[in-house]
Amino acid sequence: MAEFLQFAFSGLTVGAVYALVALGFTIIYNASDVVNFAQGEFVMIGGMATVFLTALGVPIPLAVVLAILGAVVVGLLLHRLAIEPARGASSVTLIIITIGASIFLRGLAQVVFDKQFHTLQPFSGDTPIVVGGASILPQSFWVMGGAVVIVVLLWAFFNHTLIGKAVLATSANRLAAKLVGINTGMIMSLAFALSAAIGAVAGVLVTPITLTSYEVGTLLALKGFAAAMLGGMGHPLGAVVGGLVVGLLEAFGAGYLSSDYKDAIAFVVILITLFVLPTGLFGRASVERV
Amino acid sequence: MLSVEGLGSAYGRIEALHGVDVAVNEGEIVSLVGGNGAGKTTLLRAISGVQPVTRGKVLFEGADITRLGPHRRVECGIAQVPEGRQIFGSLTIEDNLRLGAYRRNRGATTAFLEHVYESFPVLRERRQSLAAGLSGGQQQMLAIGRALMSDPKLLLLDEPSMGLAPILVDKIFEAITRLRDAGTTVFLVEQNAFAALNIADRGYVIETGDITLSGPAGDLMRDERVREAYLGV
Repeated sequence: MAEFLQFAFSGLTVGAVYALVALGFTIIYNASDVVNFAQGEFVMIGGMATVFLTALGVPIPLAVVLAILGAVVVGLLLHRLAIEPARGASSVTLIIITIGASIFLRGLAQVVFDKQFHTLQPFSGDTPIVVGGASILPQSFWVMGGAVVIVVLLWAFFNHTLIGKAVLATSANRLAAKLVGINTGMIMSLAFALSAAIGAVAGVLVTPITLTSYEVGTLLALKGFAAAMLGGMGHPLGAVVGGLVVGLLEAFGAGYLSSDYKDAIAFVVILITLFVLPTGLFGRASVERV
Repeated sequence: MLSVEGLGSAYGRIEALHGVDVAVNEGEIVSLVGGNGAGKTTLLRAISGVQPVTRGKVLFEGADITRLGPHRRVECGIAQVPEGRQIFGSLTIEDNLRLGAYRRNRGATTAFLEHVYESFPVLRERRQSLAAGLSGGQQQMLAIGRALMSDPKLLLLDEPSMGLAPILVDKIFEAITRLRDAGTTVFLVEQNAFAALNIADRGYVIETGDITLSGPAGDLMRDERVREAYLGV
């Protein structure tokens, strides 16, 4: 039982990160139909920038804010310089552009930062908390709590603000959105900025547990993508559930089968989803009346 | 109020509008009739700024708006009810309407909402349901209501009768006449030439990207060529 709880907590922790990455995919996909494979790089920038800023003597809270702002700027530039000029291109072209952007960002990170692994001090010490025989790092609560806060804020943004609804309207019908006066270009920028900020927050929260380096974004993007696919691409609740499921499967797979297969699990999830449930858990066939 | 001068527009290399001139004066209903693929929708989209223009000008209240983005034109007072209604199906009816007032002062939204609900009571009854669940006629009312939420000076309507039962078509056209009587200028594009010219002050006939006839709506309805081609007489 203790073992089971141990795996469950570590699965939920890493799953919360996948959920945030998947939410980043979802937001950009909804606003612009782009599947942004540079999503993992936002997580990397969040962690790495915080590490290097604190090394320069910047106090942690300020370093975190600056790292998030840095990721937002990168997100806006990505939209402006790579996605916007290719407006109207096919989705495959756009995906290749975002993969290219992610390789570029990784290369840039090697130059700006370095190629080492880095960590941050846990926010509330590293004395494990014992729950039912399983010991949990306090930082895990930061990760899960942070994810909950972000999900609640996003929910409020999309359901209770006019600009949040304008993002939903843009994803539902771009032509109509323009005709009611929504500046859809601005909405797309907003989506990239929001996704970048969410990714960066995830990166900051998880770095004390998983470490970070210039290339952590690659696997995170793939696992977040698996989570988004499992939940149903473009479905925010699906992204959260998908992230947690992928995280749990990974933790149980690594614990009960073999940790060698840990990284393979996300890919198995993608394959099974595509074969059995191409629209994902929460995706539904669209019905339209005429 | 609206003046379109020598407007050209193309899809790739194929020109859909070959220099169109159209004018709409304040307080009028002006109808543009023509067959499928004549360029009616292209013209309306160019006026709203969601269709690229290759040459010519669009003037609104004397100002050149040819280069303005679509959201700025809504701000100027041009609203469009697009072809096929294009409602936000995954949002509630009330959210659809509130988004119609996206460019307007938040304080006035509630009053406009009340006004739209009075004109179309069925929308009030179902205001918290998803718009996708509405019938075709109700969706058309929602699309018109959404456009009215921006308090437009000029309302552009693209095929409001498309796909509706005749009794609903009458209702929609009655609603358009009431709007004009309440002071909104209307530019109406229709394949249903009889209904459109019947409520209009003036009309234009468009054929494959050129305006071929124009004049008072009554004259057009009596014109031999129009009767033969569009009125089925």
